[in-house]
Amino acid sequence: TALEKDSTAAVFGEDVKFGGVFRCSLDLNEKYGDDRVFNTPLCEQGIAAFAIGLASVGRTAIAEIQFADYMYPAFDQIVNEAAKFRYRAGSAFDVGALTIRSPYGAVGHGGHYHSQSPEAYYAHTPGLKVVIPRDPVTTKGLLLASIRDKNPVIFLEPKALYRASEADVPVEDYELDLHVAEVVHPGSDVSIISWGSQIQVAMQAAKMAEEDGISCEVIDLQTIFPYDWETLAQSVNKTGRCIITHEAPISGGWAAEIAAKIQQKCFLRLESPIERVCGYDTPFPRTHESIYMPSKWKIYEAIKRSVHF
Amino acid sequence: MFTATSNFLKKSSAFYSITRNFSQIKIPLPEYQVHNFNIKDLPTETTTNKEELLEYYKDIAGLRRMEVTMDNLYKQREIRGFCHLYDGQEAICLGIEKACNLDDCLITAYRDHCQARVRGYSVHQIMAEMMGKKTGATKGKGGSMHFYRKAGNFYGGHGIVGAQTPMGVGLAFALKYKQKPNIAITMYGDGASNQGQLFEGANIAKLWNLPCIFICENNQFGMGTSNERASANTTYFKKLDMANVPGMLIDGHNVFAVREGMRFAKKYAIENGPVCIEMKTYRYHGHSMSDPGVTYRTREDVSNIRKTKDCVNYIK
Repeated sequence: TALEKDSTAAVFGEDVKFGGVFRCSLDLNEKYGDDRVFNTPLCEQGIAAFAIGLASVGRTAIAEIQFADYMYPAFDQIVNEAAKFRYRAGSAFDVGALTIRSPYGAVGHGGHYHSQSPEAYYAHTPGLKVVIPRDPVTTKGLLLASIRDKNPVIFLEPKALYRASEADVPVEDYELDLHVAEVVHPGSDVSIISWGSQIQVAMQAAKMAEEDGISCEVIDLQTIFPYDWETLAQSVNKTGRCIITHEAPISGGWAAEIAAKIQQKCFLRLESPIERVCGYDTPFPRTHESIYMPSKWKIYEAIKRSVHF
Repeated sequence: MFTATSNFLKKSSAFYSITRNFSQIKIPLPEYQVHNFNIKDLPTETTTNKEELLEYYKDIAGLRRMEVTMDNLYKQREIRGFCHLYDGQEAICLGIEKACNLDDCLITAYRDHCQARVRGYSVHQIMAEMMGKKTGATKGKGGSMHFYRKAGNFYGGHGIVGAQTPMGVGLAFALKYKQKPNIAITMYGDGASNQGQLFEGANIAKLWNLPCIFICENNQFGMGTSNERASANTTYFKKLDMANVPGMLIDGHNVFAVREGMRFAKKYAIENGPVCIEMKTYRYHGHSMSDPGVTYRTREDVSNIRKTKDCVNYIK
């Protein structure tokens, strides 16, 4: 849709022309041609820098990095160039038209370099927006909003859901507001905050807790930074208990930031300590993935701990 | 050439004293293309004999068999995760090992099962590793992409494309610092040849004359992208010219061409500094097990190479 409506838009990255390794760009090249949907050589830093250059002259650049784990050669370009462009140019130039899409997250057999969740590194960089959708319907809305947003956006797509997730997605053009965290499942006893593929895990845990009579409110953060802390605070003020969960390692993960903010805003209303159910502080394991992942059982235990505090 | 063979003869005479069939076979080598080397210095032929050929055949057929078995195991879901097979390219790592020894450091990317084997792991250890067992080479934690062996000076086994190349330069520096008569064999693929860090490493290697041999295994495709569509310069052995590194092109299907080329390069690198070698080869499988390998090339291409150039058949 973005390609259709915005004639300056271009999609590029490694292997996008034939459809991409996850078939995200299937048929786009046939429809829009080589000068708008094209492959790049194997050079992430080059891809990011090229995208920044394109965006700085006003063309909408939608770059794809094949796996989020490969973004690090481009880290300097993203953090030092893209994020600070408008600031240091005093708004003379900006790269608002830049969007970098990349699959992230565990997929069951990814191992160290096909499973990482790097959202914390980019969320910690002022000047960037980080957006993570949870299903096809929100993906379309958030992606269109990200592409049209006048700031560089890192759009991380949960790769586990590429094949697993099915939904009826509206055909027409629609955007979802980037600064709204969505309450996916209302409840009254515990607030569970998460994003991406972890939302499904949280929902499973919530269902288990429901059988014990505990009502969980599940919130999808959607935009990691800048994030909608008002919705989160509203929820925690109501429930008094908060659990934040993500796949990335726990120390310094984004849950830590949210926990700090919530305790500041909701201190007097908290009935129990804020829990973080996250990955362990190890490189993402291959063989031990099932032990590493913040599973529904771990979240369920955290729910019980919070409620019985 | 003759000294190497006569050493071999001395060794084998102890084992094969009853055999009198030591007929030496002369193997003419295909001409090497070079860049900034004097072509006259390069070997034009080598010799071998029946015992050596049998040994090589056993090794290379073993490697081929191992890779094909991995394929089957993966399909049976005994091996999970990623699996990048090396079949079609075995002559390269075998040839390198025959020219070098375990005191030379080796580092490569993720297509590393055969390197792990020639650097000393048993097939059992390799398979156990890929299946995630703790009897595996790296205790089951690394998997297919991450084999390392300290005793074999094998430094892996790396997932991120191109990341291993500057590390190889570091290995070369350590060898030179410790004044060892050895080289760092730094392997990468045609897809990785466009990574900036490769040039950074080559520049450093040349500046400080480090004994590093950069080997580009050109199997014609970077995952699904053919050479012409990925690289502005497809003469991979000349690409490090940016750092003034001399280059050599070797037919990667011919184990003797690889062996003799490496022998020459090793001697040169220890005395003079880095060398870039491109080994032209082909991989039969797709990039990894999730790639059928037919969307970017025809089945005829693959079977054609199998018929005409297969490195295992060559030794036969």
